Amino acid sequence: MSVLKQLDARNLLCPLPVIRTQNMVKSLHPGDTLEVVGTDPGILNDIPAWCRISGHEVLEQHSGDNEYVISLKVGDRLRGTS
Amino acid sequence: MKARLAMKRPIKAIALISGGLDSLLAAKVIQEQGVVVEGINFFTGFCVEGHTHAIRKKDKDKLKRNNALWVAEQLDMPLHIVDIIEEYKDVVINPQHGYGANMNPCLDCKIFMVSKAMQWIADSDYEYDFIITGEVIGQRPMSQRKETMPVIAEQSGANDRLLRPLCAKNLPPTLPEREGWVDREKLFDFSGRNRKPQMALAEHYGFTDYAQPAGGCCFLTDKNYSSKLADLWQARGERAYELDDIMLLKVGRHIRPKSHYKMIVAREEGETRFLQGYKKQFPHLQPISHNGPLTLLDGMPTAADLELAAQITARYSQGRDAESVTVEIMFEGETSTLQVSPLAAHEISPDWMI
Repeated sequence: MSVLKQLDARNLLCPLPVIRTQNMVKSLHPGDTLEVVGTDPGILNDIPAWCRISGHEVLEQHSGDNEYVISLKVGDRLRGTS
Repeated sequence: MKARLAMKRPIKAIALISGGLDSLLAAKVIQEQGVVVEGINFFTGFCVEGHTHAIRKKDKDKLKRNNALWVAEQLDMPLHIVDIIEEYKDVVINPQHGYGANMNPCLDCKIFMVSKAMQWIADSDYEYDFIITGEVIGQRPMSQRKETMPVIAEQSGANDRLLRPLCAKNLPPTLPEREGWVDREKLFDFSGRNRKPQMALAEHYGFTDYAQPAGGCCFLTDKNYSSKLADLWQARGERAYELDDIMLLKVGRHIRPKSHYKMIVAREEGETRFLQGYKKQFPHLQPISHNGPLTLLDGMPTAADLELAAQITARYSQGRDAESVTVEIMFEGETSTLQVSPLAAHEISPDWMI
């Protein structure tokens, strides 16, 4: 069964939200979903970029009230140790 | 590094990726030889790669991308971003090889990063055969000299598993070259500060939109930033820092009217928004009768210091020419207001500016 996890990356500047995302994904399984909430608009660019090179899928991203949310699905493509 | 069983798997390398052109090219040159390359990027807290440079409104039109991730995308390779903030403190505070022109411990930094890459490989479940860097002899006056190349290889522990594809022909053959994992003839002999060979190689590969940071990839090479760090250490009486300290050095005007406290004054709306995140940690002031900057007070300000701090804050508000500006102050858990006359420009001593 897939798991929905959340990561609070508020008040962190990139690349820290990417690092926290990367580290949390290591504990998840293919098909699990992770929702990242941050305040640095850079995550809208960086987390999708990280997903593309690491084999994960961005399901949704939106923003509002100076917060940015990205949902990603953990991929099953094993690339390095990501 | 783990021994490679005879031809059971492809040759693999880890490339140190800063996000700049040289590391992009170094990794690409080795990929072109059929080696599987993965990137590793270290976050020290001083990296220009973060988005702190995009906080200010004047920088809003800058492309908000992380260049190390961009490089990895160009090369279609995984990138491992590693937080080394804590361990890196010792490099900044006690560099064995000293500082460069500012507070940049470039040689120690390079040794540390290569050694961290070695450690990362040792801790990995996967096997890697060698390490790549984008170093070029003569490119940097402190860390990238002919004499320092073997120092980095030896003191990092990488020894002859450290390959610099862009200047390899100027150096003795390394293990990957001797073993035939890479063809030395297809490596390069770049040297010096001339960037034309790298730009030509980038053009050859079709890279056009690469990053060219003017001051390198680290805030510690910046004179103003280094002055602020030196001031922080002097004021605290010890050479130590936390992540928040070094982040705040990147933001706002830093003004020290007295030795026991300094002010961090937002220069515009983007910085005010950023400093909002620190309001719980610091006493702070903000004009309420006029638009004006959020100001944090760092150190040990006394109640008697607040009036001067309010006058300085008012100086940077839209009420700078008004007779009186009302400033809201949060100090020791209490909110109060002060009516002050803004300081005139000539009343702000140049010695206060850090």
